[in-house]
Amino acid sequence: MTGIQAASGVADLGGAEGWGVAPLLDPAEPVFKEEWEGRAFALSLLSMRISGTNLDAFRHAMNRLDSEHYFDDGYYGRWLYGAENLLMDSDIIAPGAVEARAANMTGGHVDEPPAPEPHKPEYTPTAGGSIRVIEAPQRFRVGQQVRAKIMQAPGHTRLQKYTQGHVGVVAIVEPAQVLPDTHAHFIDENAQWVYTVSFDSKELFGPAAERFTLNTDLYEDYMEEAS
Amino acid sequence: MSTDVSADRIPIKLRAEALEQLLVERGLVDTNVMDSFIKTYEKDVGPLNGAKVVAKAWTDPEFKARLLENGTTAVAELGFKGPQGEHIVVVENTDTVHNVVVCTLCSCYPWPLLGLPPTWYKDPAYRARVVKEPRTVLAEMGLTLPESTEVTVWDSSSEVRFFVLPQRPAASEGMSEEELVAIVSRDAMVGVAVVGA
Repeated sequence: MTGIQAASGVADLGGAEGWGVAPLLDPAEPVFKEEWEGRAFALSLLSMRISGTNLDAFRHAMNRLDSEHYFDDGYYGRWLYGAENLLMDSDIIAPGAVEARAANMTGGHVDEPPAPEPHKPEYTPTAGGSIRVIEAPQRFRVGQQVRAKIMQAPGHTRLQKYTQGHVGVVAIVEPAQVLPDTHAHFIDENAQWVYTVSFDSKELFGPAAERFTLNTDLYEDYMEEAS
Repeated sequence: MSTDVSADRIPIKLRAEALEQLLVERGLVDTNVMDSFIKTYEKDVGPLNGAKVVAKAWTDPEFKARLLENGTTAVAELGFKGPQGEHIVVVENTDTVHNVVVCTLCSCYPWPLLGLPPTWYKDPAYRARVVKEPRTVLAEMGLTLPESTEVTVWDSSSEVRFFVLPQRPAASEGMSEEELVAIVSRDAMVGVAVVGA
């Protein structure tokens, strides 16, 4: 299905093997290494507006890229491809329009597809940003043992594979936020409590793992009682 | 895996120019607005903001207490807020605890305090590995921690943004707040380096 990522998206990198040695620090690197990166950055932010979408939809538009488009042109490359996805989703630009224009900019003579009739999502945010004030009580409390659910339905999510099925302890109750899983698809803001949950490294990665604590944020829908 | 984008790869630089041209000629994008976004993150919003927060926390115990209690409102006292800074949680490095931040799912980062993320933060190897073997990854990046140090990795998966308050180096005793700002590195405020004097 177009527009929906598979259950296991290319972006869900936590714990993945095969990426080689850690990167080197470069304190002197410019914000944008090449001029196009800045253009892609600005175009992407504006594309969210123009397409009438939102940040979660933009993240999802990147997550459903194949690995070539996700990785090969770097961070701002995937931003640009994601922005194009949003613009095509909302019928702001036609498929093939960018390629045709690029061809004509480099000496080609090809017909460009006409601009389609826009179809933006029927979606109006109830407030700016992602944090919401909600009435619902908190289902979990600091110190409580919880399990990250195993959730593998297609569509957007912020529940990483590497935490799924594992037990941790609630460390912080964070502000309520819109649920990315539904917000990205313009179904519902579904605002709910978010919790920073602490996992022991050996719970996540087995007894041979380095000793450390992994803290990450879980939306209430991602969690169940563990005891 | 599917994608909506054509498989015909054209150079990304040309791709960006083509999209910009298409949107500008239809009046959907104003190049002046684009330029202002770019300039904001090239010139105005960067790690100097975070360094000011750190230097103030090192020299003003009451500010530090407020910062650790409610990062969002404390950094707003210095005027730092905006996109990717809706809710900021500050975590403190000490003699016994070392915090390090990542976003395994994309590259979420506290823009109002640090600007846009550096290349290493967006590197797949960092995203994949620092949640599984942080001591090894940090050592590869030049920071070897004693085995006795407690390591906590913060993987930003919601709109909460984590910011590391590095330890003040002993050798910085007597330095002014302004002098301290100059020694605080971006990488220390993410937790892959420490501040040297």
